[in-house]
Amino acid sequence: MSSEERGKQFKEGLRDGIPIGLGYLAVSFTLGIQCRESGLSALEATVMSLVNLTSAGEFAALTIIRTASSYLEMAISQLVINLRYMLMSFALSQKVEPGLSVGHRMGISFGVTDEIFGISIGRKDRLSPFYSYGAMAVAVPGWTAGTCLGVIMGDILPINIVNALSLALYGMFLAIIVPKAKEDKHVAAICIVAIAASTVFSYVPYLKAVSAGSRIIILTVALSLLAALIWPVKDEEGKDAA
Amino acid sequence: MQHNVWIYIAIMALVTYLIRMLPLTLLRKEIKNRTLRSFLYYVPYVTLTVMTFPAIITATGDLRSGAAGLVTALILSWKKQSLPVVAFISCAVVFLVSMLLTLIH
Repeated sequence: MSSEERGKQFKEGLRDGIPIGLGYLAVSFTLGIQCRESGLSALEATVMSLVNLTSAGEFAALTIIRTASSYLEMAISQLVINLRYMLMSFALSQKVEPGLSVGHRMGISFGVTDEIFGISIGRKDRLSPFYSYGAMAVAVPGWTAGTCLGVIMGDILPINIVNALSLALYGMFLAIIVPKAKEDKHVAAICIVAIAASTVFSYVPYLKAVSAGSRIIILTVALSLLAALIWPVKDEEGKDAA
Repeated sequence: MQHNVWIYIAIMALVTYLIRMLPLTLLRKEIKNRTLRSFLYYVPYVTLTVMTFPAIITATGDLRSGAAGLVTALILSWKKQSLPVVAFISCAVVFLVSMLLTLIH
């Protein structure tokens, strides 16, 4: 890859990373407030966000730290809550150049979050590591700084701005799903089933006891497998998509 | 037993990074199995859908502004607008709707 091409990929990553970084800033701000309530210092909270980059995982971790649970419980909770990243990492392994170096693979891995994964998988061609680095260059500071600000300053942002920003990430998800569903009826069909199933899991008694992290894992595996069995992809389709 | 916050953080970081790193580094070849390839083709869209619904409706703390944001995002993404455009305009609509609702009350 030429250095020009690398720069172009990096810039596109930066551009697409800006809304993610802003969304993270808002979310991690609330995380920071909770960190303070759990007794973490600004330094501890900031480092935690910098090296973990996971909202659900960190929120769960605060409960474990607060209740002084065992280190093993911490490990298992992170494994279960973040298991979806493993599925995403599998999908990304098919999206990068097959010959991509281990170093770049390890670099991309650090930034596998729901949102960065979303924009990465939405790329037209192969995923360039420089695109990921560009997105991480705004998303990671956004997430880390937001946590730090939350601990130090508490709630200074007007609540209606925080609330409005919390929709940003979902808007981006839709911008990835909808165009694909438009061109592939099978994707559209399984997504509609997913909406119904996810809603049922969120509101029906007993089923709603399943945590959000588990719900994502269970439904993703079950419905993707279902779709794969009913509508297997053709050769070219699978190559450029997954 | 006393627990050290830094050890908690180190354990979290290690587990979370390994989960993200192992599939990407160990799986160097293109997958040939058709069912597995199909599975991975659907995974991103299903997982994003499950994360978005029904959470998007309640994300803003008010069903009405959430619904307005959802409809805005659907229309813009149907028209194939870029990710930042969809995100920012949807947020702006949510903000305006929430301001309007405050004025009405």
